[in-house]
Amino acid sequence: MTEAVENQVEEQAQPEEKLVTLTIDNIEVSVPEGTVLVDAAKKIGVDIPVFCYHPKMEPVGMCRMCLVEVGRPVFDRATGEPVLEEDGSPKIQFGPKLDTGCTVEVSEGMVVRGYTEEVVDARKEVLEFLLTSHPLDCPICDKGGECPLQNLTMRYGPGTSRFIFDEKHHAAKHVPLGEIIYLDRERCIQCARCTRFQDEVVDDPVIGFSQRGRSLEIVTFSDPGFDSYWSGNTTDICPVGALTTADFRFGARPWELKASASVCNHCPVGCNTTVNTRREAKSGGELVIKRMMPRQNEYINEIWMCDKGRFAHHYTQSEERLTQPMVRNEVGELEATSWEAALDLVAEEFKAASDGLVTLAGARLSNEDLFNIQQVTEKLGGKALQNTHMAGGELVASVGVGQGSNLSDLGEGDAILVVASDLEEEAPLYWLRIKQASERGATLVVANPRDTKLSSKANYELRYSYGEEAAAVMALLGSISPKTPGESEAVKKLSRGQEVKDAATAISEANNLVVLYGNEGTGLATSQSLADACANLLVATGHVGKANNGLIAVWDKGNTQGAYDMGLVPSEDLAADLMSAKAAYIVAADPAGDDATLAEAIKAVEEDAEKFLVVQELFLTESAKLADVVLPVQANTERQGTYTNAERRVQIFYPAVPAPVNVHADYAVAANIAERLDLKLQKVIPAQVMAQIAETVSDYAEVSYTKMAEVEEQWPIISSEDVFYGGTSYENEQGMGQQLQPASQGGESPALSFAQVADAPKVDGLLAVPVTRLYDRGSTVVPTELLSERLTPTSVVLSPDDAEKLSIEPDAEVTVKLNGTETKAQARIEAGVPQGYVLVPRSVGIALNSPSPVEIKA
Amino acid sequence: MPEAYLCLRHREIENIDQMDVYRQNGGFSAWEKAISQMQPDEVTTEVFDSGLRGRGGAGFPTGLKWRFMDGNNWPHYVVVNADESEPGTFKDREIMESNPLQFLEGVMLTSYAVGANLSYIYLRGEFWELAHYLDERIAELEKEGLLGDKLFGSDYSLRIRTHLGAGAYICGEETALLESLEGKLGQPRVRPPFPPSFGLYGKPTVVNNVETLTNVPLIIEHGSSYYRKWGTEKSAGTKVFSLSGRVKKPGNYELPLGTTFRELIYEYGGGIIDDKEVKAIMPAGASSSMIVANDEALDTPMDYENVPNVGAQLGSASIIVIDETVSMDWLINKTVHFFKHESCGKCTPCREGTFWMSNVTERVHEGQANWEDVILLQDVATNIKGKCLCALGDFATEAVTTAIERFPEDFKAKAKSNGAASEELVETSAAVAD
Repeated sequence: MTEAVENQVEEQAQPEEKLVTLTIDNIEVSVPEGTVLVDAAKKIGVDIPVFCYHPKMEPVGMCRMCLVEVGRPVFDRATGEPVLEEDGSPKIQFGPKLDTGCTVEVSEGMVVRGYTEEVVDARKEVLEFLLTSHPLDCPICDKGGECPLQNLTMRYGPGTSRFIFDEKHHAAKHVPLGEIIYLDRERCIQCARCTRFQDEVVDDPVIGFSQRGRSLEIVTFSDPGFDSYWSGNTTDICPVGALTTADFRFGARPWELKASASVCNHCPVGCNTTVNTRREAKSGGELVIKRMMPRQNEYINEIWMCDKGRFAHHYTQSEERLTQPMVRNEVGELEATSWEAALDLVAEEFKAASDGLVTLAGARLSNEDLFNIQQVTEKLGGKALQNTHMAGGELVASVGVGQGSNLSDLGEGDAILVVASDLEEEAPLYWLRIKQASERGATLVVANPRDTKLSSKANYELRYSYGEEAAAVMALLGSISPKTPGESEAVKKLSRGQEVKDAATAISEANNLVVLYGNEGTGLATSQSLADACANLLVATGHVGKANNGLIAVWDKGNTQGAYDMGLVPSEDLAADLMSAKAAYIVAADPAGDDATLAEAIKAVEEDAEKFLVVQELFLTESAKLADVVLPVQANTERQGTYTNAERRVQIFYPAVPAPVNVHADYAVAANIAERLDLKLQKVIPAQVMAQIAETVSDYAEVSYTKMAEVEEQWPIISSEDVFYGGTSYENEQGMGQQLQPASQGGESPALSFAQVADAPKVDGLLAVPVTRLYDRGSTVVPTELLSERLTPTSVVLSPDDAEKLSIEPDAEVTVKLNGTETKAQARIEAGVPQGYVLVPRSVGIALNSPSPVEIKA
Repeated sequence: MPEAYLCLRHREIENIDQMDVYRQNGGFSAWEKAISQMQPDEVTTEVFDSGLRGRGGAGFPTGLKWRFMDGNNWPHYVVVNADESEPGTFKDREIMESNPLQFLEGVMLTSYAVGANLSYIYLRGEFWELAHYLDERIAELEKEGLLGDKLFGSDYSLRIRTHLGAGAYICGEETALLESLEGKLGQPRVRPPFPPSFGLYGKPTVVNNVETLTNVPLIIEHGSSYYRKWGTEKSAGTKVFSLSGRVKKPGNYELPLGTTFRELIYEYGGGIIDDKEVKAIMPAGASSSMIVANDEALDTPMDYENVPNVGAQLGSASIIVIDETVSMDWLINKTVHFFKHESCGKCTPCREGTFWMSNVTERVHEGQANWEDVILLQDVATNIKGKCLCALGDFATEAVTTAIERFPEDFKAKAKSNGAASEELVETSAAVAD
């Protein structure tokens, strides 16, 4: 870190805030004004027990567990001077009643006592009250062992109950709030953490209280029940076993579980996770993944994670996994072989293909994998491609968010532009963090052709037509700096009106500006112009090269940025590239399965005896079925590696379970191929691969496993010692990762191209545009049966007007004629879809990489 | 003391609910005077000087509450608490049904005083006919030009809306009422902040009881000193006492504050049914402590400062009279059942404690309890008290603790074992444990 950056980080960490000094349990503590007593106590390691309070939510003071004695200094009314005791200490006036430590804010000279008889009794009483209605089913409860009620009862509760047990209130114990979350109404202690989380934190108020008094109960209002991408988090913060996930319910006892740190790669946020495993006899004594939990990283996911990340892990232990290398035999069938034989063959064919090697890698791979794969390709002079339709990785490396950025720092005086992204669908945690920034007072500009969940938070909403993404950003830029060249019709049109001018002013005047662009409706070409336009806007307004400023690409894959950084680029015409290949090396990608056109190209490679196809995969994909050699690899839960998230934070994931005996990590497979090509690559220890990356890729020069594993004190303090406070999210003991410095922060002036600004494509009929849905049908999602009812069907989304014109009823089956293919799909009708456009969700069975004319038939 | 009709003027003036009759008797002169001749804070000052205190139960000085309105945060709202749901309280209903125009004028004056352009009357769900009736009267006022935009050529505009609750006692608590009015589950909010700084939709709001506001037109029309002709120094004016229980003539009686219990019960209420002995008085409905009805208590003036001397609060002055035929275990079983049914469930001690108490009171009443259960009941009630967010938790315990404390013989008579035997038992158990 350079000195300048260090200073900036210092500044960020110490915003001007007034400190208040008080005494809690005879310990003096200084905390920022506005801190509540429970949090102030936490800072000095004093526990004020709570059930309803949660440090990430507004206090409600309803469980009454946090009652403490609160005293304030007495001041002489006439002089304003503090009144002193005989011994010279300030006279303290205690309140007539106990106060709730979660709602009372600190004040200067306050004295808080949590150890007096009155407080001790109050805690005992509240626990006794709670236990009059709570079932004593700890021995069969999923929460047992990590249960706040259990723990606090042991610590503060009465040893016995004076309540007559058969007078206990009984309620339903197996209430599905949808198929994902189950409610046990007897266990519920009505703390409202779940309902408040859904309402306040994630803006999905789909559960709430019904009835009153002892009959107060949680109900769901949505169809399907508990319709939220965030539902799993409520089970983490539930202080009892009332809410459990169908995935883990009755699955294991918390104390049987081993914990391994991991990083989610379903989207580019890179949420820190913990994989909980245990050995099971029914799996032959093997370690089995029982659940995925969030792990605290206040730079990234805080203590939350989305349900896709939480539940879509079952693919890693799927029965369908490949377990041995295979080679196509004389009769044309894939046949098991040894690694030696397979690798020898691959190396021989690659050597023969030489610069005719075309490598296509998917960005669910780690940096180590991608680096080694790229090195193999480069050694032969081949083409190293990554499987994405989003452009701009080099721009993010240049004008991405500065080192030391944290979206939690954005607030009053700052601005955020989100363009071409349905953010919650593309990267749920980014949606959450941007929403929170907006609630802290950051100006939010949302540019999208239709409403998304983020729209309600927008200060300015800019509408454009699909295809005009870059033009929308250039219209903003044009309002700031009038000499923007290359004005198109679209820019002129979008520059009209006060909204865009006001938004532009807010952006240019912001202390900090972060721009996020997604891939709502874009293909590779439009994505490139959009990224260029965003970079231009950032540079023109001086919002680059420093923390909390810069560009974030909401990538379509977990490690797309890493793939760019390792030198893999998207193909402008993948079919042509594959057709031209003498040998194709396809890793963690399934072009044949994704797209009929690519399937043709792959088949052409396969059918041409001269050509050679290698597929390195977890599963026997459509592409693998056509391969000459299939190489099985390890899932990310079985090995170590790093991912680079969209804010260019590089983070380590660790192995949680042993790999099947005969499969290897991708980086090792690539290194073994390299060895046969006289190229020395690290193949055993990922940290050594990273050392080689650090030598080769200049942006990664400072990156090391040691530094990535460094931890920091985080707030709120989360640990297994006090699940009553933060919930069961894991403490981060494995590292915060390392955020890379973008070139602009290192003093380089960014190389910018002027954005190629297109007008919206003109078509006579309907235009199909690709959009992202969180619950897609990708190969890493489908194996999770729990989500099967929620996955996006093979479908298209129409505007009500177009549906009416075409006489299409909601959910009717239609024929979609697109790019020479015909697919049967379900027609969804959504208000807000602009007329003339058909949204085609990605990865649900209809291939669409960029906007194309489409015909829909009822 | 003689009855004095300030709020119940319909008992003196026939058809005062008719516009022309109300006007002939000074109706809306205060309203016209306020808008055309008075600044809003002059209205507030007049009310402050009158000594009017909130008639909903807490007795907070009305003018002072209005002065707490945050002048840096707009808009302001007036919300009338017409949720009248305390058992034994039935005064607001009579006022609204029979003297609606004076009540509405009170709402209007209050709105003007605090700068509200939109005011709500929150009525309990069962008052749906009354809500409909008030809607008609409000429409009439709009037609008469007394409500609406730019009143009397001034810049001041006012609209009044009625809103019906859905049948929850807790919505009489001002913050739960506001939640309910906002369309949310009726549960109290953490206070502070209080409604005058954070009220309806987070905006400064005055929440006042029907009876309180019905006094306002007379105070503005005749001045604060007029109002002070009745009552005492600290409890000015009259109060509508809702008298019920074992009296011959239950009903509403508007009397100057400071009238004694004896006068109300014997002079106005006609004494006890069958001329039995009075045993206890609950002066504030079901939320009340039990006053032992001895001579001292009967001669206590009913005002805010004197009722506490006999171990209770005046509250909403819903005087429930209990005679010697009533046993306290029956009575507290009723009140506890009520509070168990009406607890909103937000705070643990109230939600669980009322449920627990109700089990025990039921058992005690059925004669299925030991003396230890009575002690337990007392203890559970004590544990609820002072531990909850709003007053409902405390209210649920008042009758229980004071009944056991002040009428132990009723419980001793019901318990299967007496205290002596159980003390012996405890000692024996302790010895065994040692």
